[in-house]
Amino acid sequence: MINDSIFTKQRIINLGIIITAIWFTWFAQQVFDEYTVRIINNVAIFIILAVSYNLINGVTGQFSLEPNGFVAIGAYVTAILLVDKEGMLYQYDISDPYPWVLALQTNFFWALILSGIISALLALSLSFPVFRVRGDYLAIVTLGFGFIIRILAINSPEITNGSLGINDIPQFSNLYWTGGVAIFAVLAILNIIYSKYGRAMKAVRDDEDAASAMGINTFKVKTLAFTTSAFFEGVGGGLLAALLTSISPDLFTFFFTFQLLIIIVIGGLGSTTGAIIGTVMVMAGLEWMRFLDEPINFMGIHTDALPGMRMVVFALILIVVMLFAREGLMGKKELKDLFKKKKANK
Amino acid sequence: MDILTFMQQMVNGFSLGSMYALIAIGYTMVYGVLRLINFAHGDIMMVGAFLAYTFMAVFNLPFPLTVLLAVTLSAALGMLMDKIAYKPLREAPKISLLITAIGISFFLENAFTVFVGGVPRAFPVPSYMEQIFTVANVTFSVSSITVPLVTLILLLGILYVLYKTKYGMAIRALSFDIKTVNLMGIDANMIISLVFALGSALAAVGGIFWAVNYPSVEPMMGVLVGLKAFAAAVVGGIGSVTGAVLGGFIIGFTEVVVIAFFPEMGGYKDAFAFVFLILVLLFKPTGIMGEDLEKSRF
Repeated sequence: MINDSIFTKQRIINLGIIITAIWFTWFAQQVFDEYTVRIINNVAIFIILAVSYNLINGVTGQFSLEPNGFVAIGAYVTAILLVDKEGMLYQYDISDPYPWVLALQTNFFWALILSGIISALLALSLSFPVFRVRGDYLAIVTLGFGFIIRILAINSPEITNGSLGINDIPQFSNLYWTGGVAIFAVLAILNIIYSKYGRAMKAVRDDEDAASAMGINTFKVKTLAFTTSAFFEGVGGGLLAALLTSISPDLFTFFFTFQLLIIIVIGGLGSTTGAIIGTVMVMAGLEWMRFLDEPINFMGIHTDALPGMRMVVFALILIVVMLFAREGLMGKKELKDLFKKKKANK
Repeated sequence: MDILTFMQQMVNGFSLGSMYALIAIGYTMVYGVLRLINFAHGDIMMVGAFLAYTFMAVFNLPFPLTVLLAVTLSAALGMLMDKIAYKPLREAPKISLLITAIGISFFLENAFTVFVGGVPRAFPVPSYMEQIFTVANVTFSVSSITVPLVTLILLLGILYVLYKTKYGMAIRALSFDIKTVNLMGIDANMIISLVFALGSALAAVGGIFWAVNYPSVEPMMGVLVGLKAFAAAVVGGIGSVTGAVLGGFIIGFTEVVVIAFFPEMGGYKDAFAFVFLILVLLFKPTGIMGEDLEKSRF
């Protein structure tokens, strides 16, 4: 582990990857057309979400189904902070917004930070009831939480404009923002994973009772993973709101979580590299598979348009991956481990 | 609120609760044996309702025969699901099973949306189920009596199977230790299939009752009901069949009573089950009937 030469080599590789990522962000914003830039923006946001979801779900092994809730909170906080007073009075139809909702106004940077912080604070307070239960119970409780957030968003028209959602959000998100935050999120989460907390998280995943017996405060470790992941999910939600320019409760159904779950499972639960590769594959695949929803004319076979066919194929892919390639692409390995293995083989 | 309305709400609560209970039993039995939240269970309920719809609206079969066919086919679907998706993962980590279950649920919902269409269809409720009669000024429909009654009979039937038959003993044994049961010469996979068949059959009955009470069917109808039924199973103490029934009635009554007393809370009605779930888990992490979780599962 503390072999000096590998350590520096690793650092050079890391630095190379970071510089490439920054260069790509700049290059893409300059060169690609609007459609491509939009997809890359989406990919960058989903990298943030997938990598942070992976921290709690893959690295710490706590099967939670909450991202849609935290992403929704982040999106709503950013939307409320960005839409100006007149815009709100104009579009809030069902009930007039509360005075404090009208008064709150910041720039994009602070809107993102606040989205993250509010989401993280909620996660912190939630972790007390939520982590009293383990395993499957955790899945259902967190699923219920995401559901409750959506119900609250629908039933608080004074804040969220109810089921109509908030429109005309200024489109601040561009590749510098999404790419920049994505690079920051990946680095931050990798740093956590390779710190002593990260090791504790993996210990909790592998055997919670043993980890506890070794003196690890499992509750603290789980809460740390949960809160960190909620922070980045909130920020990701904010970026998403400022990219889409309109949000509504329907955006944050369980499908959102399901998509992230597929991403991290295909990439390999527990691998940050896997989460990134999974995001690129799934997002590109979702774009590519749009043809499934349209009428098909292939070798004499004609079918009508079947909107939703994409989702059926997606569900099948998830089942097949689970049945035949349970470890996903990367397993629990990171990029770093791949280099190591090569060396050992030589 | 006068006594009349109160009685009326009680009838409604009883009817709603028994439907949750029917579905919760399947969750609790599968969990007791495999330790798996079968996320696709709510969708089996939807499939059951759709099968009944097809037999009635397309083939014009009489209602009782429809129910019988739909329930049998749903039971077969449950067994098939276990064979294809869960059996290969018996030795796998639980999280893989859980993810597969979510995948199946998503597959069923979307396949039905694609091939049947997402628009709700009117369920052809037989006229004798809709007949209304009055007892002491409280109005009942035939279905509001039949639903809880049939539930009660089915519950007793399930308890009989579990405690008085050899298969029931095998199911209970399985919930302790699958490997040992195999060593004793019992075909564990066969028994697990039986559990899926029983659970899916009950879910299908629940789905058909649901379609009778809220006369429409659509591919997503099982999602929310399934989740609430699962919440009911956990509230009652997962693994316990009587607990599931109790939990079903508690969730059903809460929903009906809260809306009756506080109509302005109507928008939140779908969230009650989960709030209740979180509260119960806070004070009693194994649910109401789940005290000796390690000793007995049913």
